[in-house]
Amino acid sequence: MRKQLRLSGSGGQGVITAAIILAEAAVSEGKQAVQSQSYGPEARGGASKSEVIIDDEKIFHPHVKAPDFVLAMTQKAADKYYSDLNSDGVLILDDDLVPNSPQFKNIIRVPITKLAVEKVGKALFANIVALGVLAKITKLVDFDTIKKSVAHRVPAHTVEQNMLALQLGFDAVK
Amino acid sequence: MSARLMQGNEAVAEGALKAGVRFFGGYPITPSTEIAESLAKMLPQVGGTFIQMEDEIASMGVILGASLTGKKVLTASSGPGISLKQELIGYAAAAEIPVVIVNVQRVGPSTGQPTAPSQGDVMQARWGTHGDHSIIVLSPWSVRESFDLAVKAVNYAERFRTPVILLMDEIVGHLRENVELPETVEIYPRRTPKISRAEGYEPYKPDADLVPNVANFGEGYHIHVTGLIHDETGFPVGSPKITREFIKRMHEKINIAADEIIEVHEEFMSDADYAVVSFGGTARTAYEAVLNARKRGVKVGFVRLITIFPFADKIIAELAKKVKGIVVAELNYGQIVNEVERAAAGQCKVQLCAKYDMTIFEPEEIEAAIDEVSGNA
Repeated sequence: MRKQLRLSGSGGQGVITAAIILAEAAVSEGKQAVQSQSYGPEARGGASKSEVIIDDEKIFHPHVKAPDFVLAMTQKAADKYYSDLNSDGVLILDDDLVPNSPQFKNIIRVPITKLAVEKVGKALFANIVALGVLAKITKLVDFDTIKKSVAHRVPAHTVEQNMLALQLGFDAVK
Repeated sequence: MSARLMQGNEAVAEGALKAGVRFFGGYPITPSTEIAESLAKMLPQVGGTFIQMEDEIASMGVILGASLTGKKVLTASSGPGISLKQELIGYAAAAEIPVVIVNVQRVGPSTGQPTAPSQGDVMQARWGTHGDHSIIVLSPWSVRESFDLAVKAVNYAERFRTPVILLMDEIVGHLRENVELPETVEIYPRRTPKISRAEGYEPYKPDADLVPNVANFGEGYHIHVTGLIHDETGFPVGSPKITREFIKRMHEKINIAADEIIEVHEEFMSDADYAVVSFGGTARTAYEAVLNARKRGVKVGFVRLITIFPFADKIIAELAKKVKGIVVAELNYGQIVNEVERAAAGQCKVQLCAKYDMTIFEPEEIEAAIDEVSGNA
């Protein structure tokens, strides 16, 4: 069955990398996946968005409409990207960076960036914490598969920290 | 080999390498940069050369020089860079130097919208240099086809000794999806002289297929390369006869092989009363629009131009005889629609479905155009 995700935030937060890892994990489980992205001309600080579609069938049109899951890592992204969520969908917000929740029934707030800073040591790992959160909530890909995909994608000397970040995100959702 | 996730731009790099490209000269620009990034890693590992030049013009110049020494070559850019390369694309056509230029299109004109998708460089791909000139333009719709057409582009450049444009768009260039790549591909080798200097070798004397076997620099032949119109010796001649013959041959070497070069992907055409013509990333949305319309009982077919130029004149003329209406969906103000109208020659209605606002088509927008042309609106 087709599932659509939108990961949004600001350039430099790593939402595109998180989306790539999720799509890679889906592909390694034999599913079909497409990942696309849009961002401003700035390298850092501009709006950044990446979309992933996972399906058993071949995917043609790559644009997400009525996503099942939206992750927002900034207030601006939350305000901009939640509105076309599927009514049964889930909006996942960074608890500290998105102070004002949009009007939507299914919202899960997780202190994503705070966990990265306080428990892993750098805000840089927020995207992998977010990936752990997504793994738990979406259940689209096996957590072990995501672990393998993260280990494959990140620089070798950061694997341990990234595994910690991933687990923190996974455990942060009850 | 199992499927893996790969980006369109990365697949272009993989395809180029597999086809034998061993020299890349370029200058980074969104949304093409991943091609350069990938080849910067890959080329040194196979003894190839990656060089980032001071600008796009020099990047084009350096691949012309490398090609003349026998290397298979590539450069990649987007609209603003392609505009700068145009002068030397003409030089490649005139001097018959095999080169492949990748254009990952973004919104123009000028700096435009650097990160947003567009298909606004279609006619630039055909006519983007002065004078009558030969060119081949190919456009992929998937990551796998980005690989396949990169291979084909390199092979066509070598076989016809012409510039070839691989016309990508941001949609496919930046898209990641499942892909399985072949271990081996068919390669067209560099053409080489068939006779020695003593036997009267002339570098620009055409073979039976109208393409000359120009010797590589450094392999013992005397060759002269110029952008001036030249005779079979390669030296400039101010003669109407030579000029006429040269320009004609440059076109005819492509024209006589056009049926082989022109590739069109058709589906759902056997019972179709209408057709959607599209290419590149837009074709992915057009495909869904066609599926949706057929579910509603509209007999519409899917026609995708893989080869953009030489244009599929005969195929579109046949299509126009068969169907009552054609929708042309393109992410620009209307470019390939003029080619379709010319080839259709009034035999059926041709309707443009255009978009030029930084966003890609939604299937509903193309469906609305299908409904309009089929009178279901």
